[in-house]
Amino acid sequence: MSITSAIYGRELRYFFQSVTAYVVIFMFLVVSGGFFYFIFRAYNLMSLQSLQSAFAPGGLNLIDGVMRPLLGNISIMILLFLPLLTMRLMAEEKKQGTFELLSTYPVSDIAIVSGKFLAALTVYAIMLGCTLLYPGMLFLYAEPEIVPIVTGYLGLLLMGTAFIAIGTFFSSLTSNQIIAGVATFSTFLFFLLIGWGVPFVGPKFAEVLAQVSILYHFESFSKGVIETSDVTYYIFLAAFFLFLTVRSLESTRWKS
Amino acid sequence: MIRIRELSKYYGITKAVDNLSFTVERGEVLGFLGPNGAGKTTTMKILACYLPPSSGTAEIFGSDILNDSMAVRKRIGYLPEKNPLYTDMDVRSFLEFAARLKGVERESLNGSVGAVIERCGLGEVRRRKIGNLSKGFQQRVGIAQAIVNDPELLILDEPTIGLDPRQIIDIRTLIKELGRERTVILSSHILPEVSQVCDRIIIINNGRLVAVDSPDNLRNRLKKSSMTKVRIAGSADPADTERVILSVEGTRMIRIEEPGGDGSALITVESSSDSDIRSALAKRLVEEDIPLLEIYSEELSLEDIFIRLVTEEGNA
Repeated sequence: MSITSAIYGRELRYFFQSVTAYVVIFMFLVVSGGFFYFIFRAYNLMSLQSLQSAFAPGGLNLIDGVMRPLLGNISIMILLFLPLLTMRLMAEEKKQGTFELLSTYPVSDIAIVSGKFLAALTVYAIMLGCTLLYPGMLFLYAEPEIVPIVTGYLGLLLMGTAFIAIGTFFSSLTSNQIIAGVATFSTFLFFLLIGWGVPFVGPKFAEVLAQVSILYHFESFSKGVIETSDVTYYIFLAAFFLFLTVRSLESTRWKS
Repeated sequence: MIRIRELSKYYGITKAVDNLSFTVERGEVLGFLGPNGAGKTTTMKILACYLPPSSGTAEIFGSDILNDSMAVRKRIGYLPEKNPLYTDMDVRSFLEFAARLKGVERESLNGSVGAVIERCGLGEVRRRKIGNLSKGFQQRVGIAQAIVNDPELLILDEPTIGLDPRQIIDIRTLIKELGRERTVILSSHILPEVSQVCDRIIIINNGRLVAVDSPDNLRNRLKKSSMTKVRIAGSADPADTERVILSVEGTRMIRIEEPGGDGSALITVESSSDSDIRSALAKRLVEEDIPLLEIYSEELSLEDIFIRLVTEEGNA
């Protein structure tokens, strides 16, 4: 545990000393802030229309009108931003040769992987935590339901956990950060796009595709429901890719 | 004791280490010598538990490097050839990080790191970023991380490579000090380095063991011939000189070097080790009216031994 925390501490310091974390978090907030502004403006417009017209759609609320679209957009944004956090995790150690040093210390591969994974997850949690500003602003002027917001953020955190594990794995396969980043991004897209194929295939295969799709499992969270199957999906995905990362580190030595 | 038995390592179809067997006694400083590409670094990496061997076994203080790798790693310190360091960290933070990973207790962490900083002469740079340090200081940081857990075995792969002469002397002095209290395996392709620092030398070439002995024994054992240097004035005819020298009993071969600035030629004469040909040679040259300027015998250097061993092995 002490070893994991030493690796975690070093990684976290690196993120903030090298300004990587500040740049990623800043850009993430700028883009998500833009989304929040435009979604909120659209919601305002719809609210005004519903007051003025008898034919305007009714049943508008802040969760369905603002938070669900916002969290949906954030879930797509993390596809772009998380590879920036994960691509250097292992690849840089390999490029600099420090992986050789780590490998000859009495440190298990599990400790290396978990320390680095948890550091990236912490940066992501901080990044996500900063966006709580937006629902916070809603609470200043209205009384939105709190449960869907909490479960929505939990869903994003779990989805990010799975993505970071995938990113860590690809970073362990190469010493080139760009290759690691592109491979991670492509895999994220695969997990996203697979859900889009659901309407075009037979019912049985559609169910399989939906179960594999990463966004399908986010739906319930954004509605304020925590399904065991969705939590299991994200945790399984994260655990599976972390397991592959550990195996990949082992095989690095055998292949050398 | 370190026991290596029939160790081999393949990279694809290339055999980097070929059936290597040797032992190292506790407290010994062993020099691992060989030309570039001889298999030194691969052997070091195997002993440091970074690379698994393709076949054979290596036991370090009773623990197998494959089956009990964690126990071995706790007892060794390793400086890789390229000295990889976290260049974004300052010296003290990096050494604290290395100490924690190597299992140094929190209570003794400050003391261990402080001691190692002092020992490696890093006091003045302890708060500086590693990436901004000179190569010599970076090498010291590399050695410091290797000894921060006070290991019983220190594996140093080409520790003086790329350093300037002053830094080389400093690092050698440090290694000599470290070798007084622990087992050290040191690889190098620089002969004076191993002869100055090591108790015993292993010479490898093409992954195979060529010789194992102390520097002095190697020199004596391989002294099959002795060298005599003869300097003659430039007015002498080279072919005539060669004929006269080879006519002296015991001479085997000669090598005529390029004339110096004064036009004189330096000739290296090789003869069998049990005969001193200097007086016979001088007498003969004077009789033949060849202008002899200087004659002296030369010890077979470690370089000569090394080149000879490697060449003989290569021809075999």
